[in-house]
Amino acid sequence: MGTGEKERKKNRVKFSPSGIAGILIRKIIGVHKKYGMEWWIMIAGIIIILFTVYMALFPETLSPFDPLDQNAGPQLSPPGPVNPLGTDNLSRDVLSRIIHGSRTILGIAFTAAVLASSIGITLGLLSGFAGGITDRILSLIMDSIYSFPGLILAITFAAMLGPGVINITLAVSVTYIPTYFRLVRGQTLSIKEEVYVEAAKAMGAGRAVILARYIFPNIIATVVVLFSMNIADAIITEAGLSYLGLGLPAGVPDWGMDIALGKRFLPSGSWWVITYPGLMVVILALGFTMLGEGLAELLNPRLIEK
Amino acid sequence: MKHVLKYIITRVILTIPMVFILLTFVFIILRIMPGDPVSAMLGAHAPEYVIQEKKEALGLNKPVYIQYVEYLAQLARFDFGESMIFKQKVSSPIIEKLPATIELGIFGMLFSLVIGIPPGAFAARKRRSLPDFGIRLYGNIVWCIPVYWLGLMLQLVFGIWLDIFPIAGRTGTKVFPSLFERTGFYLIDTLITGNITAFLDVLYHIFLPALTLGIYLSGVYIRLTRANMIDILKSDFILAARARGIPENKIVYNYALKNAFIPILTMMGLQFALLIGGAILTETTFSWPGMGRLLLERIYSRDYPTIQGIIVVFALGISMISLIVDIIYALVDPRIKY
Repeated sequence: MGTGEKERKKNRVKFSPSGIAGILIRKIIGVHKKYGMEWWIMIAGIIIILFTVYMALFPETLSPFDPLDQNAGPQLSPPGPVNPLGTDNLSRDVLSRIIHGSRTILGIAFTAAVLASSIGITLGLLSGFAGGITDRILSLIMDSIYSFPGLILAITFAAMLGPGVINITLAVSVTYIPTYFRLVRGQTLSIKEEVYVEAAKAMGAGRAVILARYIFPNIIATVVVLFSMNIADAIITEAGLSYLGLGLPAGVPDWGMDIALGKRFLPSGSWWVITYPGLMVVILALGFTMLGEGLAELLNPRLIEK
Repeated sequence: MKHVLKYIITRVILTIPMVFILLTFVFIILRIMPGDPVSAMLGAHAPEYVIQEKKEALGLNKPVYIQYVEYLAQLARFDFGESMIFKQKVSSPIIEKLPATIELGIFGMLFSLVIGIPPGAFAARKRRSLPDFGIRLYGNIVWCIPVYWLGLMLQLVFGIWLDIFPIAGRTGTKVFPSLFERTGFYLIDTLITGNITAFLDVLYHIFLPALTLGIYLSGVYIRLTRANMIDILKSDFILAARARGIPENKIVYNYALKNAFIPILTMMGLQFALLIGGAILTETTFSWPGMGRLLLERIYSRDYPTIQGIIVVFALGISMISLIVDIIYALVDPRIKY
């Protein structure tokens, strides 16, 4: 048994949230020499995310105007000294709307990912572990949903539920449940054949203990990567839904909605109203993608690079 | 050949549960969620007896499971039913709008292959170099761009600032709709009638939306091509070719790329769902009269039968594409036997 394997075994036994954090921190400190480019990609991603989180938590400290203030400057004025990113058709400051809008999109994408992952992981674990007819039926249902365009399902859901922050979160999260389910189920299937699971069974460990202490800790690395990628995707989906006018009630500043509203003024040349919110969607989604790729490299080098 | 036939039949039968599950899912969602076609049509202030009468006429006051069974029975006869809002069969707007989406999808796919595969192969060849990093970064950025916003940006640059491409619709104002009554595929119709000016006009209009969709999907192909090419470039036959002194360019773009096509082809089938999602958003940006806009319109008016019909068409389309991909796969790769 090599030293690397020994260490992994040690970590596995000591599994706990703080244990995982410890492993991550040790890896992050020790690993940057080994992975040059991936390391910097991840750091860039983390910086983008931290900055947006700050915007979402303390928008007042950054934004020059109130996002709903209809007296922030002349109507549809281009970027200038008073309104750094210009104003929209209701004379609202585009920069302030972007800063305040970060809370909406980040909150919804994160909550949706948490919801989707908790349901998807639970079902995946149970389905993979139980096997038999339950597994067959669940897999068939999840595969059917998975193969269908997620956006169309989200659109249908969101339209039926009506506008609202909670409704749009539900609509976004539903489409990602199968992704977690498939990943976790597949891993559970292979892990439950491992010798150490066999050993635990032989020592009289119950089903719940095997699932929680032996199987779940071993899938957590891939789930973390998927979670990060999932938030990136959820950001794009949320922006898409509110662009289609299915997302949020008027009055909640939101990037997707700002693009939809500004679209009408594009032919007259007011490019700033839609360009900046869209750019923010790209940057934020890119941040989470970069974090995901970096984590994939750190936690399991085989995941992206072959 | 007999085996292939047997395989195809099995696959076709296997698509039935998928369509069935999706349909059930959507059927249930539509009926348990708030809002229904009658209140969408009559507004909130209509008197109660009018609402009840209308519901009676549409069969909406029957228990949900009876509505469900009746709908399935209808579907089994290949009948999508009547729209609840307009006096038309569900199939008629679908037949009208489907060609527009297919046309957009095919051109978008073509663009994405052209934009995605060569850079992917190049990045694999120059692995871990600056161009490789740049191409991968492009792939990641493109993946994160909302497709409708990309469309708006292209409209801004090519349609408004440079003013060289139209930003809405399938044709210009000079082309008469009566030209397109044969198949609904504008490119085919204009060719049949031999109207070259109209044909070029249609091509001119499809360029920007298809480019938008193509750029959006190209990120996936770059990733796929790169990953598969890296694998293949490590295999023995490439080593053998190198040992024989065959030029590196020929090895990469001729020998390796041909072999990388097989996994790429499989993924093309899987990306079809992505293509449909992207097409819907692109349609809204470019006022493209396709299935996506139809779906949105009908969702707003709670036209249950039409929404269900569109979902069934999409689900069938996805199953069919993955079937076709599997068959091509078998024909291309001699190692695969059924």
